[in-house]
This record gives sequence, C-alpha cells and structure tokens, in this order.
Amino acid sequence: MLTAGRSLLAAGFAWFLFTGSAGAQEAAPDVMVKNVTLEVIDIIGKDKDIQSGNQRKVVELVEAKVLPHFNFTAMTRLAVATNWEKSTADQKKQLTEEFKTLLVRTYSSALSTYRDQKFDFRPLRAKPTDTDVTVHVKIAQGGREPVSLEYDMEKSPAGWKVYDVRVGGVSLVANYRTEFANEIRASGIDGLIKGLAAKNRAPTQRAERK
Amino acid sequence: MIQARNRYFDRAPARIAIAAVIFALASGCATTNGDSRDPFEAFNRTMYGFNQAVDEAVLKPVAGAYKSTLPEIVQSGVRNFFSNIADIFISANNLLQGKVFDAANDGMRFAINTTIGGLGLLDWASEMGLEKHNEDFGQTFGRWGIGDGPYIVWPIFGPSTARDSLGQVIDVWVDPVRTHRSGTPRTAMYLTRLVGKRADLLDASRILEEAALDKYVFERDAYLQRRRNLIYDGNPPRDSARNTPSEGGVAVVSASVRANGEVQNADRR
Repeated sequence: MLTAGRSLLAAGFAWFLFTGSAGAQEAAPDVMVKNVTLEVIDIIGKDKDIQSGNQRKVVELVEAKVLPHFNFTAMTRLAVATNWEKSTADQKKQLTEEFKTLLVRTYSSALSTYRDQKFDFRPLRAKPTDTDVTVHVKIAQGGREPVSLEYDMEKSPAGWKVYDVRVGGVSLVANYRTEFANEIRASGIDGLIKGLAAKNRAPTQRAERK
Repeated sequence: MIQARNRYFDRAPARIAIAAVIFALASGCATTNGDSRDPFEAFNRTMYGFNQAVDEAVLKPVAGAYKSTLPEIVQSGVRNFFSNIADIFISANNLLQGKVFDAANDGMRFAINTTIGGLGLLDWASEMGLEKHNEDFGQTFGRWGIGDGPYIVWPIFGPSTARDSLGQVIDVWVDPVRTHRSGTPRTAMYLTRLVGKRADLLDASRILEEAALDKYVFERDAYLQRRRNLIYDGNPPRDSARNTPSEGGVAVVSASVRANGEVQNADRR
C-alpha cells in the first residue's frame, strides 16, 4: 500500500514537465532541461491562478513549454513495443494522440503539487558527437531522500527530443509497456485505443468514485 | 515468550491480515496474464483490492485529516523523527554492502540530527550536505546477488518480492520502535509513522490514479523497476530492457530516431 516508488513516481511526474521550450533547440540537452525547468518554475511561482488550482492554465503551460520537446511518437512506439509494427498508420496516429493526452493530463495534475523543491542540475557526461544522451536532475526535498530524474534524449533535425523519463529509476515508457501489452492481448490494438480514449474522457478517476 | 507472541498476534492489523490471506486463498482464481515475475497474480490482485479497500475506508481519510489539520512544522517533525531513527539501520545496511563512506555519512547524519537536530525533529544533516540514503535489508540481499523471486502483495504491508519479504521481516525485527518501546506508546508510534507516511503519499496516489490504466500492473512494474534501481543505488547496468522491449527493441528505438522528422509535424499540429 505504501511504496516509495509511488511517491517518487508522483514527484517525478511533476518534474517530467520541466523540459523543452521552443527557441532553445540549439542548446545542449542539459542546458535546455535546466533553462526550461527554471522558466516553468518561475511561471508557476508568479501565477496565482495556477497556485489556486486552475488546471486549464496548467495544461496550457504544458502545451506551450513542454510538448515541443517530447517525441510522443517515439514514446508511444517504445511503450507499444512489438505491437507497433502490427498497427496500421491510422492506429499509430490514434495511439500517439491518446497516449499524449493521457501524459499531458497526468503532468498537469502533478504540476499542481509543486512546492519549492530545490533542483540540482548535473553536468552532462557525454561526448559532443553523441546523439543519445541522458540528462540527470536531482530534486532535493528537505528531510527526505532526493528524487532523481533522468531524461533520455535523442538528437533529431528539430533539436533534442525526450523519448523517456525515469523517475527514481522508474521508466515511464517501460511502465506502460506491460499495461499496453495486456490490453492488446485481451482486446486488440483498437481495444487499447478505446481504453485510452475512455480514460482520457473520464472527468477524473476520483470523480467516478462514490 | 508465549505471552509476547500472543500480544503480537492479538493486534488488529495482524488479525485482519491473516483473515485477508485466508479469504484470498479461498476465493480461487481471477484473470491473470501469465507474467513470469508474478506467478501469484490472482492472489496478489485480491490482496491489492483488499489493501485498496482498507486504504479508502480508513488510512486515506485519516491521512487526509492529518495533512489538512496539522501545521507543516509538526508534519515535518514527525517525518524527520522517524527518518532519523531509520538512519541507524540504513547505515548498517550500507556497511553490510561494503559502502563504508555511505555508512559513515549515515552515522554522522544520525549523530548530528539526534543532537543539534533536537532528537531528530530537524534534519540539519541534509542542510549540511549529508545526503539521506535509501537502504534496507531487501536491498542488501539484492546487492549480495539474491534475485527478486516472485512478486508478492502482502495485506497491509503492500508490494514486495520473496527477497524483499525476507528483508522486511528483518527490517521490522530490528526497528527501533519495536525494540525500544512496548504497549501503548509503541502502537501510537507505529500509527503515527504510518499515517505520516500515507499523508506524504496523498498527492502521489492521486496522480497514480490519473496515470494508470490498470493500477495493479502499473504499481507492480513501478515497484520492480524501483527496487532494481535502489539495489544499484541509481546506476543499474544499462541492459537491453532499459528503454527497449526485450523483443528486439533496439530496432524500435533506431526506427523512432529516423522517424523524428515527421514526428515533429504530427506533434505540433
């Protein structure tokens, strides 16, 4: 019932947000993560609406600052794994859209839990010629073990793109992989798309409860 | 001895736990997905459902009240106090794993926080740059080369593995709260620690509900990934399963890199 993993996952979802910003695409991946993280924290710190729980504004912030720096097709592809090649072009597009919506919803919700944790941006250990790197960030929270955040990023013609995030060592992509495989085995690729869409349309899990 | 044992089993949580196990064993099979890491999935799902029900009915509401009524300084005092006494065996586990400097770090933390930190109510050690570690006997056994074994969800105690269960028995056995207190003060401390921990996880559990399609699977996989990461202190070997599926995932990654150009247009739409 009580797992450290759960809290780390949640904390991490919040920081998952803090990547990517249009205009920073030429920057080194670690510099980009740092700049965008600080920018987003700054916006949250100044925005009274977000602090009082305006989810709409949070989603807008995520879409403006974060989405451009994630490669959702790659994330979906990795999570869907071998079933990806069995999907039609249309199914791939729908899967990506639904997965993206789910992740954005989750981040936006996580972002509202931001307090004033301290970030420690670790210098990148990579060669300048590397095209696949991991950016490390540590989040200190007083009295508790720091949470580690790792962004797996790939270089593309359009700049560095995040294709996986590991929170306290838990890879988001890997974590969805079993769920997706089970759903596809039970009800096919269209079943997974339907499942994701239903989840995305639900007001919130909490609201469905008695 | 017998008296001690009776007192131990006379506690409500133990009775509830035993009843839950019997119920699960009697209730037979549910759907399973044949995951080799989780051969007892039917049993585990029943336990998971039981734990969720207990949480919803009792623990979560109490933790919610705790979080919304007590001042933050009280909550952090509770958190720091239990974190401080845990540092003793975190240090011991680091020593058992041959990490002498980490063990010394944890010993220093305990010394500083117990004295100038006011019996552990304040975490001055972190302020001074002595980082808090996460160690337990399950991790020590893992470090010694013992594999996870089957995944197990225990009533009340939650997710574990065969190896971590053995570790948890020792964790509970050496727990300073158990060894230095008895009777009502001990029960009060157990409950305070439990409620405090649950309160710290309220946001997390809400986010988990938003993120997961199947909470059982999501939490299980997160637990297993997390434990592996902890055993290697955040630097597990980069095996093929890191971000690629074991079934030929490398090709999937490189294909996704190549597809990047088109991806951008799709994502920006």
